[in-house]
Amino acid sequence: MNYANVHHNDLYSSRIKNSTGENILNCYQCGKCSAGCPVAEDMDFPPSMILRMLQTECEDDRKAVLSSMSIWLCISCEMCASRCPQKVSIAAITDFLREESVQLEMVNPGAKKILAFHKSFLDSIKYTGRLYEVGLVGLYKLRTRDLLQDLLTAPGLFFKGKLPVFPHMVKDRSGIKNIFKKTAYRNRGEQ
Amino acid sequence: MIRIGYYPGCSLPGTAREYDESVRALAPALGIELVEVPDWNCCGASAAHNLNHELSLALPARILSIAEREGLNEILVPCAACFNRLARTRADLLADAALCKRVTDSTGMPYTGKSIPVNILDVLSRISPDYISSKVTNPFDFNTASYYGCLLSRPKDIVQIERHEDPLVMEGLLESVGAHALDWAFKVECCGAGFSVSRTDIVGKLSAKIVNNAVNCGADAIIVACPMCHSNLDMRRPALEKAAKKKFEIPILYITQAIGLALGLDFKKLGLHRHMVKVNLRPDTLVPLAKEEAVSAMEAEV
Repeated sequence: MNYANVHHNDLYSSRIKNSTGENILNCYQCGKCSAGCPVAEDMDFPPSMILRMLQTECEDDRKAVLSSMSIWLCISCEMCASRCPQKVSIAAITDFLREESVQLEMVNPGAKKILAFHKSFLDSIKYTGRLYEVGLVGLYKLRTRDLLQDLLTAPGLFFKGKLPVFPHMVKDRSGIKNIFKKTAYRNRGEQ
Repeated sequence: MIRIGYYPGCSLPGTAREYDESVRALAPALGIELVEVPDWNCCGASAAHNLNHELSLALPARILSIAEREGLNEILVPCAACFNRLARTRADLLADAALCKRVTDSTGMPYTGKSIPVNILDVLSRISPDYISSKVTNPFDFNTASYYGCLLSRPKDIVQIERHEDPLVMEGLLESVGAHALDWAFKVECCGAGFSVSRTDIVGKLSAKIVNNAVNCGADAIIVACPMCHSNLDMRRPALEKAAKKKFEIPILYITQAIGLALGLDFKKLGLHRHMVKVNLRPDTLVPLAKEEAVSAMEAEV
């Protein structure tokens, strides 16, 4: 990349700053986030490395980040942000990266189930306003075609009186639909 | 009687039914009146903030706006995940007027930030420990590991907890009802939260470390204040046992259940029969004489 002709607003770090308010250039690679991250060992790149790859402004690095498993394995526990001596909220940046990854259709194939769960969750509340577990699991199973998973816990929940069979509906359903419409929930990358 | 708004969220009428039952049973016993936010909706949970930032603010904003309209200055949000989303939405909308305008346009409801979301620990810790102790009929005489998880302890300026790496608010509450709160290492570690369905393997691995440490420290029960922590440590017990390669019998109780038991509330009214891991803890009734002794012993300790 030839930096001489690049306006600072075109830098990815500026886009992140404008969208999330977080300045990735504040990161000085101490590695505390990666040390505290509960899922770092399952990630392809630990949190501090994701930040470094974004700092380089190199397109290959950016692509690797957006198609990484790391951004989907992040549970948003916020341990990274709470321990960061430079007060960089990596969790907020990760939310931004996930949205980007979906919009640019760069989601890692390994994250299919995680994304299917999030999408099924949002679909479920879009229709009923409240989470309807039976509907959520149904939608999730359709998306993942994993019909047998959890077959053993569901009857347990049902007999403990913890799995309502019918949805609890919000009365103002048009209000909820409107929220979804106006915030333009994108359902791209659909299977 | 303290009058306070109540937002149960989606877990409490469903998979965390016993949490709802125990909050509703405990509140009147401690002089708290709960007023449910009418026609509440889902807060969007992790799914919304994973995929759409504006949506993750608009869904909680609708709840806060309704509470405001109803004149509720505070809303008790027992679910730690909902609480975290509501508290964050309030902070974000108050900090950014342009964002607030966009979000209120989506919800079609005005928002001023008058209603403040609070979690169960905020509400319980406001009550004097002496007052709680004076109500105890069956001291919760067990070794407890207080498990806060992520959503009650982080980010610290949003959830406003003291000592966010080593909080002690649950310990104080439990000791006021006769428990021995243990010092242990995993109180603010993550259990795997929303990966319960999509990555049960990760939930098993993380939750196994938590339960293992609590057991090694000698805990009789793990006390939680979050439906996701509860379901991962209780309902996902087979997954975590698989990861730990050993069996655990330790029950997971909501803080409201532990305090409720100590206050002599009914086992079933507190929903203790709904757990996947059987709860065998039945605190003994204090005989009047022993109660006086216990009080004087406590005073001597102080």
